[in-house]
Amino acid sequence: MSLSLSPTNAISAVPAENSKIAPIIHLSAVGKRFGKNQVLANIDLDVHHSEVVCLIGPSGSGKSTLLRCMAFLEEYDDGEIHIEGRLLGWEIDDRGHRKHAGRNRLNQARRNLGIVFQQFNLWPHMTALGNVTEALVRVRRLPRQEAEKKAMKALDKVGLSEKAKEYPARLSGGQQQRVAIARALAMEPKIMLFDEPTSALDPELVGEVLAVMKQLAQEGMTMVVVTHEMGFAAQVADSVVFLDQGSIVTRGTPNEVFRDTNHPRLRQFLQNYLDRNAFWHTTPEKTS
Amino acid sequence: MFDWPTFLFSLPLLGKALLITLQTSLLGNAFGFVIAILISSMQLAKMPLLRRLGGSYIFIFRGVPLLVQLLVIYYLAPMFGLPNLSPMVAAVMALSLCSGAYIAEILRGGLMAIPSGQSEAAHLLGMSRPAILLRIELPQAVQSTLPSLVNELVLLIKASALVSVVGLADLTRVAQNLASSDYLFFQHYLVLAGIYCLINIPLTMFGRRLERHLERSLA
Repeated sequence: MSLSLSPTNAISAVPAENSKIAPIIHLSAVGKRFGKNQVLANIDLDVHHSEVVCLIGPSGSGKSTLLRCMAFLEEYDDGEIHIEGRLLGWEIDDRGHRKHAGRNRLNQARRNLGIVFQQFNLWPHMTALGNVTEALVRVRRLPRQEAEKKAMKALDKVGLSEKAKEYPARLSGGQQQRVAIARALAMEPKIMLFDEPTSALDPELVGEVLAVMKQLAQEGMTMVVVTHEMGFAAQVADSVVFLDQGSIVTRGTPNEVFRDTNHPRLRQFLQNYLDRNAFWHTTPEKTS
Repeated sequence: MFDWPTFLFSLPLLGKALLITLQTSLLGNAFGFVIAILISSMQLAKMPLLRRLGGSYIFIFRGVPLLVQLLVIYYLAPMFGLPNLSPMVAAVMALSLCSGAYIAEILRGGLMAIPSGQSEAAHLLGMSRPAILLRIELPQAVQSTLPSLVNELVLLIKASALVSVVGLADLTRVAQNLASSDYLFFQHYLVLAGIYCLINIPLTMFGRRLERHLERSLA
């Protein structure tokens, strides 16, 4: 896999004509409550084909919940989410009330989605290969041999074909997360959703996971990434969305958002991040 | 003190009885395991009705003594004008239903210990509920509860001594018959105790080996 850190190598922003094409993910006025607690309010968001969108914000801002709504892992209460033009998770009945979509309909919509979780969620009783093969056999109904071939390709893509026979417990966190990415990729999704994919990793292992994600982005995968890795967002994202208290505060290209001075909460959030990651507060004195 | 000729004479009879004991308890355990998978997953289902059904099952079959269950099942069919169940069928039924309740609770514990993210991931990949249960959750639940499951099997073999009440010639019944025919109570019951104890040896070894096998694959 190629790893380049120079910003010039980051994929170009979405071509202008793309915005006229229907977005692959379309959220309008999405709201979500946990009991009386409004965790998401009035979220409008479009994600276009091949676009990489990073969701950033303080913890509790609703960014993970928003991502989970996009897979209908959380049921959204208001508004609509369309994936490739299809309403996600709900059906509107004759009287205009919404009811749960049937399992087939929901699976149909989810077919296009690959999801990677913070906690990897690998199945510990199966090898890396077994983890990637399982759904190909059980869901796609591929013969085992064909499924394993496909799984090996996916593992190869994340640089782990040599670890195919290892159980997750024998892999490092970074390797486990890459297996999880391979598991999602093997199903050939059109959209990849990442829920803080590097938050549970040792700092030293973050890079290998981000490198895989970066490569995916460069290959044109549509991606929505909840992340605390501002460097990744700056280099790879086409647009960055800043959430606070369940609402979108601002969005734009990484340049626009990271240089934004109009939103005090965003400034505070970024300053906090910078302070936390600063090696020194003043330039170190040069020793001759 | 110990009458060896009598002992040798009783061995073929006890051997046959041992087969009956093993047959009822192993069959009972096997069917009980299937019942337990159903009941434990019902208890963990989202639908309140299923949960309640699963809960009621355990309430009844764990709450009523196995001896009483045996008698009820054996004498239930004639109540409705049906032909009598054979003692073997009644015994296996009672053991299955009862052990099903206990194993269900063991499995439920194992299932609850699995992080929910694992089934969430499977669900998102499009796997059906039964496939998730059988392929993802159950293997892990069995592995983590294996000592308790082996324990339950041992308990059931011993509890199968009760099946003699419906007239099945199991180990206990045959030993009783022998004892009452020659009045060597102590000797026959001592042999009986020894046989029950010996059955455990291969079981315990099998359990250990299975544990080690599973551990190695996950180390």
